[in-house]
This record gives sequence, C-alpha cells and structure tokens, in this order.
Amino acid sequence: MNAEITTSTQNSEKSQGYLMRFFKIFIPFFSSGKSTTGFILFLIFLIIAILAPLIAPYSPSAAVYDPNLPPTAGHWFGTTNTGQDLFSQFIYGARNSMIVGFGAGILSTIIGLIFGVIGGYRGGLTDSILGFITNIFLVMPGLALLIVIEAYLKASTPFINGLIIALTGWAWGARVFRSQTMTLAGRDFIAAAKMSGKSPLRIMVTEICPNMMNIIAGNIMFATLGAILAESGLAFLGFEDINSTSWGTMLYWASQNAALLRGAWWWFVPPGLGIGLVGLSLVLMNFAMDQITNPRLKAQKRRNNRGRKAARS
Amino acid sequence: MRYVLNRLGFFVLSLWAAITINFILPRMMPGNPADAMFAKFQGRLTPAALDAMKKAYGIGQSTLWQQYIDYLHGLFTFNWGLSFMQYPTPVSDMIQGSLPWTIGLVGISTLLSVFIGTALGVYISWNRKGFLDNTLPVVSMIFQAMPYFWIALLFVFVFGFKLGWFPMAHGYDPSVTPGFNATYINSILYHSFLPAITLLLGSLSGWIIGMRNNMMYTLGEDYVSFAEAKGVKTSRLMFSYAARNAILPQLTSFAIAIGNVVSGSILTEQVFSYPGIGNQLTSAVQSQDYPMIQASFLLIAVAVLVANLIVDLLYSRLDPRIRTGGTV
Repeated sequence: MNAEITTSTQNSEKSQGYLMRFFKIFIPFFSSGKSTTGFILFLIFLIIAILAPLIAPYSPSAAVYDPNLPPTAGHWFGTTNTGQDLFSQFIYGARNSMIVGFGAGILSTIIGLIFGVIGGYRGGLTDSILGFITNIFLVMPGLALLIVIEAYLKASTPFINGLIIALTGWAWGARVFRSQTMTLAGRDFIAAAKMSGKSPLRIMVTEICPNMMNIIAGNIMFATLGAILAESGLAFLGFEDINSTSWGTMLYWASQNAALLRGAWWWFVPPGLGIGLVGLSLVLMNFAMDQITNPRLKAQKRRNNRGRKAARS
Repeated sequence: MRYVLNRLGFFVLSLWAAITINFILPRMMPGNPADAMFAKFQGRLTPAALDAMKKAYGIGQSTLWQQYIDYLHGLFTFNWGLSFMQYPTPVSDMIQGSLPWTIGLVGISTLLSVFIGTALGVYISWNRKGFLDNTLPVVSMIFQAMPYFWIALLFVFVFGFKLGWFPMAHGYDPSVTPGFNATYINSILYHSFLPAITLLLGSLSGWIIGMRNNMMYTLGEDYVSFAEAKGVKTSRLMFSYAARNAILPQLTSFAIAIGNVVSGSILTEQVFSYPGIGNQLTSAVQSQDYPMIQASFLLIAVAVLVANLIVDLLYSRLDPRIRTGGTV
C-alpha cells in the first residue's frame, strides 16, 4: 500500500517535471514584447494552416463565383478574374507555405548539421572537403540556381520546390555549426566522452548537437524564412505548378492578370502580407533567442543601463 | 600572400564548380530537355544551327568527356550558341545588352546599402535605448521578412499607379534615344529609382543589425574602455577605435548578402520589367531558351564570385592579421 503510493507520487512528480521542462522551452519566448508578439503571430498562422479546411469558407480552386469582386461580406478578400474566392485561397496558401517552409527549413538544417558537425569535429582533410563544398553552395546565387533547376524540371509542385530549396540552401547553417562544433570539440566534456570510449558518431549526436540546440533552433527559423521567401519567389515567377494553391501562386496570378493596373489591391496585398507576417514572426522569435542565448549582447545592455563599472565587476 | 593565393585558388575552384554545374544540370534531369527542344525547333532552325545545338547538348555525340571539352572550349572563346527565342541572335550579344543594367542596379544599391546600413548600425549602437535603436531594428526586421518582389509590387502600385510619381516599368523611356546625353541618363536614373529602393530596403536590415551587434562586441573590448578613460573624443572613439574593427566581420557576411541581393534583383527586375540579366533568365526559362539559360546563369554566378573575390582581397588589405598568417 505504502509502496504503491510512493511510486505513484514519484511518477506524477516525474511527469510534472517533464511537463515543466517542456514548458520551460517556451519561457524565453515570453521574456520580451518582441518575442511574445512573434510567438503569438506564429501560433495564429500555425492554427490557420492546420485548420485550413475548417476556416476556409469555400474551395480554393472552385471558379464558380462572380468574377472580379472587391471585398464583400460573402467574399472577404474578393474574387479572382475567374471567380475563385481569394480568402479561401489565402487560408489554403498559408497551409502550403508553412509546410514547405518548415519542411525545407528542417531538412536544410539537418544537411547543414551533417556537413558542419562532421567537418568541425573531424578536422583535417574531411573538413577541407566538406568546407569546400559548403563554401561553393554559400557563394552560388541561390535563386538563380533554383530557377535553372526549375527550367529543367518544369512546373514542379510546392513540395518538390521545398526539397530543392533545402538541397541548395543549407550552406550558411553548415558554416555556423562547423565553427560552433570546433569550439565545443576542445571542451573537457568531449574529452571525457572520448575517454569513456564513445564512438565519434555518438559523440556528435549525443554530446555536440544537444549543446548547440539554441543555434540549431535559430537556424531552423532562419532557414524556414529563407525557404518561404524562395518558394514564394519561384511561384511568383511562374516556376511552380500554376494550379497549386500557395501565396506565391496567388501573386503570380495577380500580376498575370494585371491586378496592379486594375487597382485590385485585395488580390496582391493579402498573400504578401501573409508571407511577411509569418516571416516577421520567425525573425522576432530568432531575435529574441539571440538576445537570450548570446550573453555578450545582454552584458552590453546591462553595462549601458547601470554604468560601465557594473559590468566590469 | 598565402591568403591571397588561397582566395584565388578558391575563386578558380568555385568558378569551375559553377561551370560544371551548368554543364551537368541539363544532362542530369529526367526527360531529356534536348529532345523536347528539338521537337519544338525542328522546322524553325537551319540544319547548321541544329547541328550546333546537337553538339552543345551532346546528341549523337561521343563521350561525356568530349562534350565537356567542347563545352569548355565554346565557353572560353565566347561562343555561347544562338538564342532560340530571338534566333539567330548570339547569346553573348543579348547578355551584353542586359548585363550593364543589372550590374548598375545591384552594384549601386549594394554599395548604398552597405554604407547606410553600417553607418546606422554604428549610430544606434552608440545611442543605445534611443528612439532609433528601439524602432530601427524592428522596422528593418519587417523589411527582412517581406518578400522583395512584393515590396516592389506595392511600390509599383502606390508610387507608380496611384500617385504616378515614378514609371511603372522598363529601364528607360522608350521615346528617348539611347546615347550618352543628359535626357537618356536622367531617364535611366528616374526609372531605376524604385527598383533600387526596393533592393536597398530589402538588404539594409542585415547590415544594420550586423553592425550593431559587432559594435557591441567591440565596445566591450578593453582598448575601447581605455581610450574612453584617456578622454578620447566621442566621434574618434566611435569611428577610429570601435567601428574600424567592428566593420571587419561585416565583410565576411558579404557572400550571403550579395547572393540575396542578386536573388532579389531577379525578382525585382521581373516586377519592373527591367531589362537586366535576371529578367533575361526568367524569360529564357519561360520560353525554354536553353543556351540563354545556361549563359545567364553562368554570368550571374561569375558576377557573384568576382564580387566575393574582390571583398576577400579587400579584407586582406584591411585586416593585416590575415596577411601575416593569423587564423582565417
């Protein structure tokens, strides 16, 4: 009886501990106005993306409504020249942009981790070769490369675009991970792990990666922003299946049908604003994380707030 | 010297990589683009042109290696093939016509962006908690998150369509005859204002935030505190002591920045129908003009690589630690 009670309380304490730790991850996001705004903005778009079929009043591709309507009660963002509901397109576009953005962001971070961590940890020839490949991808003009690949692929879906974006856009992350790995590799705990006979792969995965979690998270946000912008740019240029529903494709149709010259601002303003707001939420969260995880930026703040001597001591 | 050789070596190798990517991509893709192309152009091209195209794409040709040698030979003798879109204009002529536009637009807006961004970064790092320090990073972050081409679209709509202050498209007024005279140059400047502002606003934030953070590292250094204690004048402390060192890490992020601006320029040129190389690339892809695609991608890549080489060499002039063999 007694024993049972203790185990169960222990269990609940333990699960509470995990829960606490889970929520602790999000505490930094509420430490300043900027990051809270970013986080809430992000949650809103996440919910829109997940619940798109419930929120959107009509089908995004059905061309059955009155064409060229300005915003009305029935069609909040108006309709296209073929009579598609723009609000529904916007909602479904959020879904595609978020999936492509995060998919590409996470994938490119993983590729960057492979190149950066292995190069930084191994050093020597491995590092030279991996570093060279990284630098090549770093200096190649990304969008031009993407456009050329699209030229040979022809009318790909948003998901294939996301894949290509990830495969070409990982280099910046790799460079950051490499330098961080090199600093970490000299620390005592890595030496201890080596002594205890852990394999290099195990050290990289279980010792090095967890110790640069903040950089990894920052890179995911940065890469996601880049992927969303790149995907929308490609779609805007018409290098994506033009029947797909994404914010970039909406802008493509808007400019193809001279929405600018007809003053149809409700056609091209919402998609761009959507991209911008999702991007802004990522930038804000990233900026807040920089402030939190980069002690020197914080130290300077303190120094200037309380006078120069305070920082010295 | 070792550093310079190192950088030159990297430049040559990355150039080779760009050239080789350009060679391999069409041959790697599913569904041979050359076949589709030939079907399309069978009746329209002379047999000689078809032969040249076949050679360029390696149809009925010997080994991949032989194709590669031919490709390199054609490349360095400026024999880039003929455009399909405007047959039989040589691709090199079309490139020549569009390259100055892009270099002018991207070059000037990048230089302006570096100078203005760095100056603002220095300023706000010094006046911490001032009005600009609180607002500028946020404003620039908003611009960073916005797609370039959408800002361009808004500018066209507001300043071109609604207010009519600036022209909505093209590089110069078609009624003006090109030539080295004031009207033509004025027309160019007038037309390039909106595209340049778009590129400037899009790239400014990176320089501001980067410089601000670098300045804060540098202002924490002992030598700055020492100089301040000695009573060095504020302006001197700011520019001759802190900014001089803080500006160096900025240069290393140039590679990323110039790549972004070029990408932005491709999109912005499309919005403004600007006669630059980005527009050339886009329309080449739309009309499947493969020689043009290859040439314009290669030139964009080479331009970016050269810009990076210049910055790298400049870096070694500015930071003596690199020349004397310190850590890179």
